[in-house]
Amino acid sequence: MQPLLSQACWDTLYMVGWSTLIAIVGGLPLGILLVLTDRGGLLQNVVVNKVVGQVVNVARSLPFIILMVALMSFTRTITGTTIGRDAAIVPLAVGAIPFFARLVETSVREVDGGLVEAVQAMGGNTWTVVRRVLVPESLPSLISSATTTVVALIGYSAMAGTVGAGGLGDIAIRYGYQRFETGMMWITVAILAVAISLIQFAGDYAARGLHRRGGHSGGAPKLRLLKSGEPAAAEVGKVA
Amino acid sequence: MITTTGLTKVYRSRGREVTALDGVDLHVREGEVYGVIGQSGAGKSSLIRCVNLLERPTSGTVTVAGQDLTALVGRGPRAGRELRQARSRIGMVFQHFNLLSSRTVQDNVELPLEILGASGKARSRKALQLLDLVGLSDKAKAYPAQLSGGQKQRVGIARALAGDPKVLLSDEATSALDPETTRSILQLLRDLNRQLGLTVLLITHEMDVVKTVCDSAALMNNGRIVESGTVSELLATPGSELASALFPVSGDASGDDRTVIDVTFHGESATRPVISQLSRTYNIDISILGAAMDTVAGRQVGRMRIELPGRYEENVVPIGFLREQGLQIDIQDDRPVLVKEGAK
Repeated sequence: MQPLLSQACWDTLYMVGWSTLIAIVGGLPLGILLVLTDRGGLLQNVVVNKVVGQVVNVARSLPFIILMVALMSFTRTITGTTIGRDAAIVPLAVGAIPFFARLVETSVREVDGGLVEAVQAMGGNTWTVVRRVLVPESLPSLISSATTTVVALIGYSAMAGTVGAGGLGDIAIRYGYQRFETGMMWITVAILAVAISLIQFAGDYAARGLHRRGGHSGGAPKLRLLKSGEPAAAEVGKVA
Repeated sequence: MITTTGLTKVYRSRGREVTALDGVDLHVREGEVYGVIGQSGAGKSSLIRCVNLLERPTSGTVTVAGQDLTALVGRGPRAGRELRQARSRIGMVFQHFNLLSSRTVQDNVELPLEILGASGKARSRKALQLLDLVGLSDKAKAYPAQLSGGQKQRVGIARALAGDPKVLLSDEATSALDPETTRSILQLLRDLNRQLGLTVLLITHEMDVVKTVCDSAALMNNGRIVESGTVSELLATPGSELASALFPVSGDASGDDRTVIDVTFHGESATRPVISQLSRTYNIDISILGAAMDTVAGRQVGRMRIELPGRYEENVVPIGFLREQGLQIDIQDDRPVLVKEGAK
């Protein structure tokens, strides 16, 4: 039982890790592109915006299990096979890219337009704006988005067992459901719960750490509302 | 230093057209502080944003430091390299500071230098020097969220100066600040103007700002410049709206047999104690009904409303004396008196 579970944990980690990486590499530029090409954006292009937006919407609304089956021939051209861990990474990444891209879009949109203008007034080009303003200013929010994506990918990866990729979800279905080994199922549930909590905690911690120094964009106002009394008092003290 | 000719900006959205700028001719001389004042919606913001082409004018030209910026605009919506280079030589300060919250104060000031491609060492040297100039050398490692509004604007000014600009644009830089802080920021702008020979174009809706720092001013209304000139030229213009807003005087005659005149001081005459001379020479009692005076560059500038005993006919000589001294005299017609006579 022990090697079975550790192998499953490793499989899940492997699939989720790689697909997260690909989702970030693919989704971040895509999300930024959606903001830049929007009406009033720096690279305003209604056609590109509509097309990309539509593709993202469709890809995001497809149930993962269908996406996996539909992508089989694509998966084969990339990995040479349609079964196993590596084959599962392809549909996981393809499903997560638009998911993450939408979250990136929302985060980046929250960046104050005045900052973009300030950099333009300094003589910065669009790439400068992206690199020096949009990404660093929305970083706390982007980290939260990445956390959400990882958690969603863990959920998706449970279905990867259907193509023989293994993983914790696969154990839960084969042992817990098909062989009525309830104990096994509860163990996998517990492992998943702990893993998700840890990831969420780490993500929140990182995002909050960045907020604390900046204290401006994203969820910071919420934090400030909770502790509104203290910083105000500290300000007064400093002035005096 | 900054010249706009026939600047027009029309915004089109959903078939409706809004004219924000309607043929604006602006001329800012080198080394002066020029204030554009007007109510919200008058087109001030569009004007200042057209100067560095953050906003693209529909027609007209903008020349800054001898360079025609409107000629650098490419075809697409993006700014080409030449325009970006020109922008890096124009500093801009914003109402809401627009500092990056993810960077320290020093890193914020270094940002324009990064864009210009300066080396790390040169950047930090320049940034620290500028922070020292604006009086914030102890805050280099702080984040903007830890600063007060006035300190944030000082950082904004230091950042605007990083590219060694000859021109500074100030977009309502003091409008989000309290009166005390406003004064200190304006003082800083004035000092920079003197020390660095910086030409400053500022827009504001506060008369006090114009009065405190500006050499010249323009009044905007409905996308047009209604009046413009140096502060003393404006004062010399009879019926100038801007002059009466800058130096408001009020007060009515205390009786029927009185003459009320407005005396405008500007230029040479303002240095002499004319009112007491008048009183001594003609042995008349003068009462001051209202006055708005200021000392600008060591000279008294402003207006005063005074009352002389007797009707206008009796005061022709003293008034002539004042005119001879080079003062501008406006006789207030005594409408209340006429109404009273009519009632009799």
